[in-house]
Amino acid sequence: MLELISVSKTFNAGTVNEVRGLRGVDLRVRESSFTVVIGTNGSGKTTLLNAVAGVFPIDDGTIRLGGEDVTRWAEYRRASKIGRVFQNPFTGTSPSLSIAENFALAAQRGRARGLGPAVSRTVRARTREMVRQLNMGLEDRLDTAIGTLSGGQRQALTLLMATWQRPALLLLDEHTAALDPKSADQVIQLTDRIIARDRLAALMVTHSMQQAARYGDRLIMMHRGQILFDVDGERKKRIRAEELLERFEELRRLELLDEGAAEMLAELYV
Amino acid sequence: MSLLIGALTIGFILSLLALGVYVSFKIFDFADITAEGSITLGAAVAAILLVNGWPPLAATAMGALAGMVAGAVTGVLAMRFQINRLLSGILTMTALYSINLRIMGRSNIPLMNERTAMGQAEELGRQLFGKETVSALGWEVGVRDLSALLLIPALIVIACLLLFAFFRTQLGTAMRATGDNSQMVRAQGADDRWMVILGLALSNALIALSGALLAQYQGFADVQMGIGMVVWGLASVIIGEALVGTRQLGYAIAGAVLGSVLFRLLVAIALRWGLNPNDLKLITAAFVFAALILPKLTARAARARKWRAAHA
Ligand SMILES: Nc1ncnc2c1ncn2[C@@H]1O[C@H](COP(=O)(O)OP(=O)(O)O)[C@@H](O)[C@H]1O
Ligand SMILES: [Mg+2]
Repeated sequence: MLELISVSKTFNAGTVNEVRGLRGVDLRVRESSFTVVIGTNGSGKTTLLNAVAGVFPIDDGTIRLGGEDVTRWAEYRRASKIGRVFQNPFTGTSPSLSIAENFALAAQRGRARGLGPAVSRTVRARTREMVRQLNMGLEDRLDTAIGTLSGGQRQALTLLMATWQRPALLLLDEHTAALDPKSADQVIQLTDRIIARDRLAALMVTHSMQQAARYGDRLIMMHRGQILFDVDGERKKRIRAEELLERFEELRRLELLDEGAAEMLAELYV
Repeated sequence: MSLLIGALTIGFILSLLALGVYVSFKIFDFADITAEGSITLGAAVAAILLVNGWPPLAATAMGALAGMVAGAVTGVLAMRFQINRLLSGILTMTALYSINLRIMGRSNIPLMNERTAMGQAEELGRQLFGKETVSALGWEVGVRDLSALLLIPALIVIACLLLFAFFRTQLGTAMRATGDNSQMVRAQGADDRWMVILGLALSNALIALSGALLAQYQGFADVQMGIGMVVWGLASVIIGEALVGTRQLGYAIAGAVLGSVLFRLLVAIALRWGLNPNDLKLITAAFVFAALILPKLTARAARARKWRAAHA
């Protein structure tokens, strides 16, 4: 389904700010597999998702999606195969447009946009039906500007928009991180329901070890632009949040050791 | 009375400019100053075609079409070549100055003796009323003035309805979203850069149409007529916002028209009171400046008051 073959990306190459965002990442995601991505801050999780979404061109490697080589496709073109929900609840919707108009845009994802009415009767009816399932009372406010809604509401709506036209791949980048606990819970449960219902292939980055342990059928951990470990099947089912926290702790100790060693070497030889 | 009607008519004609500025500045958040060149371009193309015997409607449409191309050029410079937005507009505007001179062949084309859209409206009016002057509300009004005042607003209403309908189509909705949140537009599979190019083409088509009509109304096209027009348009949009608000597309469109007409009336009154016409651009710029900083100043004052209240 999704295939990354030794994908590399360096930001600000050749400057003092050089950052190696991705270092030869290989990853295969099968049809209808729900993969959770964890990793420390700056480990390259967002960069991984952005590389797949086509936010920037990668330096090296190949990205295949649904049997097609999309490595050189522009971001908007890849969107015909990809649904996305961002960390910032403001990123996924157009604030001054109404709920119905935002959904009308999502209804045409990956299709030509013509001079037909955006909010047609069918779009409105279908939007109402989908929004009603959220139980947020938004189905009666379809003409409200989305900008007036809360982050949790906007994130739930973005999720519905991303999955209206069944995407070959769903990308979720810490999409509950900016929400209050109650909204975060609502949104993650909605996510799980939709992924299961439509049997979507999904990559979900999360900061929450509880979420990482509970959801998905595969877990990968990133570190310094590489995939450090990768578990699925029974191993994934058995994994608990505490174990993941221990992994992070271990990593942190290794890092400290690394830094300590580097300093020692520096003192000795410079 | 004739002065008032003149101001109203020009206000309506320039409301197309205000709508164009609304599309680029407000919908796309793109400070496009191509307008200064494209309003003249519309006038120049229409004028030269009229002089060469084209039917007024076709000449006017060609003027608008030329503006559309000019807007698209700015869009391509900014979006495909990633040139700074303001600079893209300046480049096109500067190039247009020479192009307009080339099109016209000289710096001014009189249209007094040509068959223009206004002339046609006048003929129509004469047939309708059957005489040279008409008494309206107790005033004696020339048929020429009255015909223009009937024709132009009718045209503007049609343009507004078309614009309103367009911005509610699938394409138009994607265009509106682009100025709002281009990342979201890309994520929904629309090419946001193409949307901006289309938007600037639309904006400058409206502005050039305004120029084409203005030339026919005032009876000449002049290579200098675009100077200061962006600020004119902005002033109208700002007045419109103050009048009717911006919450909804329909209100914003109506606001731009009302703003333009009201602004022209204010200018006519000020000139009548003895304002030096040469000071007009300075005053307009000062007005826009004030309108831009006033909300910030009042917000700061409110914050300061709150702070003082909290620390009293
Ligand atoms: N557009 C960018 N320009 C420069 N550096 C970037 C950019 N995007 C990410 N980085 C850097 O790449 C590294 C990985 O970032 P990111 O993928 O956002 O990490 P995270 O795992 O926290 O999502 C970080 O050091 C970050 O500063
Ligand atoms: Mg991140």
